[in-house]
Amino acid sequence: MSNLFIKCPSCGVTHFQSILVKSLFVCPECGFHHGIDSAARIKYTVDKGSFTEFGKNLCSLDPLSFPNYEEKLKSSMKATNMNEAVVTGTATIEESPCVIAVMDTRFIMASMGSVVGEKITRAFEYATEHNLPIIIFTASGGARMQEGIYSLMQMAKTSAAAKKHSDKGLLFVSVLTHPTTGGVTASFAYLGDIIIAEPQALIGFAGPRVIEQTINQKLPTGFQRSEFLLEHGMLDKIVSREMMRETLGNILRLHQNVSKPQKEYRIEQYGLK
Amino acid sequence: MEKRDIENELKELQNKLDTLKQDVQGDEKKAILPIINQLEESALSLKAELYRKITPIERVQLARNPNRPTTLDYIKYLIKDFVQFHGDRRFMDDEAIVGGVGFFEKIPVTVIGHQKGRDVKDNIKRHFGMPHPEGYRKALRLMQQAEKFHRPIINFIDTPGAYPGLGAEERGQGEAIATNLYEMSTLRTPIISIVTGEGGSGGALALGVADRVFMLANTIYSVISPEGCASILWRDSSKSGEAAEALKIDANNCLMMGAIDDIIEEPHGGANEDHLKVAANMREKIRIALEELSQYSIETLLEQRYNKFRKIGQFKE
Repeated sequence: MSNLFIKCPSCGVTHFQSILVKSLFVCPECGFHHGIDSAARIKYTVDKGSFTEFGKNLCSLDPLSFPNYEEKLKSSMKATNMNEAVVTGTATIEESPCVIAVMDTRFIMASMGSVVGEKITRAFEYATEHNLPIIIFTASGGARMQEGIYSLMQMAKTSAAAKKHSDKGLLFVSVLTHPTTGGVTASFAYLGDIIIAEPQALIGFAGPRVIEQTINQKLPTGFQRSEFLLEHGMLDKIVSREMMRETLGNILRLHQNVSKPQKEYRIEQYGLK
Repeated sequence: MEKRDIENELKELQNKLDTLKQDVQGDEKKAILPIINQLEESALSLKAELYRKITPIERVQLARNPNRPTTLDYIKYLIKDFVQFHGDRRFMDDEAIVGGVGFFEKIPVTVIGHQKGRDVKDNIKRHFGMPHPEGYRKALRLMQQAEKFHRPIINFIDTPGAYPGLGAEERGQGEAIATNLYEMSTLRTPIISIVTGEGGSGGALALGVADRVFMLANTIYSVISPEGCASILWRDSSKSGEAAEALKIDANNCLMMGAIDDIIEEPHGGANEDHLKVAANMREKIRIALEELSQYSIETLLEQRYNKFRKIGQFKE
């Protein structure tokens, strides 16, 4: 994002970077949502100064001695100044406390290996222990194949952690951003109590190319995009970047009493008696 | 010489020995029989040697052998009074997954598994064992039914992966798989999953969140197919051999990495060579596992199930 001018891949109009910074990297011309890194996402979403990161020091190994994986990790760490593809921590959104996790596609397409799985799992476990809601901004190319069966098993691990959190009566909001595919779609991304997506995000299990090859026909326009999924009942809501903080703040307020888990509905808790 | 050729020659040798055994009679037979037995034994050990040196991609071919027993075969061999159930109660019956109830020994169990076809027509009907969301939803419905009636669950895993198609995506392939992982993690009944052929990615794992996970000796369990991996990494699916090696997808590696609990032995040439032998080996492992699992309270079982998957992964901090 160091270029002074940025061309919109959707409408082709070029804007000054300074204008896009003000518009949260949403094209003022056509509303296209440019990809943003995890730092920007956190800045746009949580109350200023409220974010405290945990799990920052977790680093990937190369357990399979997979060709070129170590080099790939090194160059991604250098390019992003991050240790792995997800940032986790606590924050407040419009003053409501929560655990937040944000995936960052600049790091090996935010594919899920042991570290991403472990950090997501720890985020759920922290939220469960402290009776906090959790918000996860997903984006991922899927499982990290360079970690073989370890990466596949992260799907089971994160899903089980999400279930424990849910069984305690706590809230999980999943926010799907472009692109969310493969093993992440088929695990925690689709396990939110509430599932929100950014406009025009590509969301699916199989990639469009694989599907085209399998069924041997062109895919319809808009296939696997947020709007398509909303129409097919696979999403609760599409929320633009501009409205995201307000929407999440409102959802958290609507669930603030669930942070004290209880077995049944009691009217007194709302002070109406 | 190719492995296939050696195998054919060994087979021919065995046939000759068999004919010899039949043709020769009386005292002559008495004299020659020990020699024949000896020859048979060395043929067998040669074959063992042959298959010990099997390459990863050859293992993949064994795992995909169309003559391996399928879920319905194992049900025939292991389950008495089986009743098959159909449909997800939402949209349709996906025949890429079959399931139902029956007796294992004297225990009522729910049995579910991917089902590949026996011929082209059957395979088209069953999408080569690649389920749509409805298959996973049927499986979950049957597993929740098992929970209700306190029946253990036995799952057979054999799929190239979940079906990549228009309808599958429209109706929530990702959501269906995710929901199975989620619900299985706290299902209040013992679950045993056995990889009987191809353990293809999330589509396999959706039947694999279990208290005991076994692999047959010549099967694979992988995050991606070797062909898919090769085409992404090297833009060349013909490099699947290298990918199969790099991915470490065989039973020994999966056991070493903690993804499975045990390996079930097969004949050297694969389960396709002796269905009954494999079924017998499997019966024994299931029986022992059910006995072990029945000792625990449900709470302990769930805690162990959670921890089993919780600890999988390699990292530093």
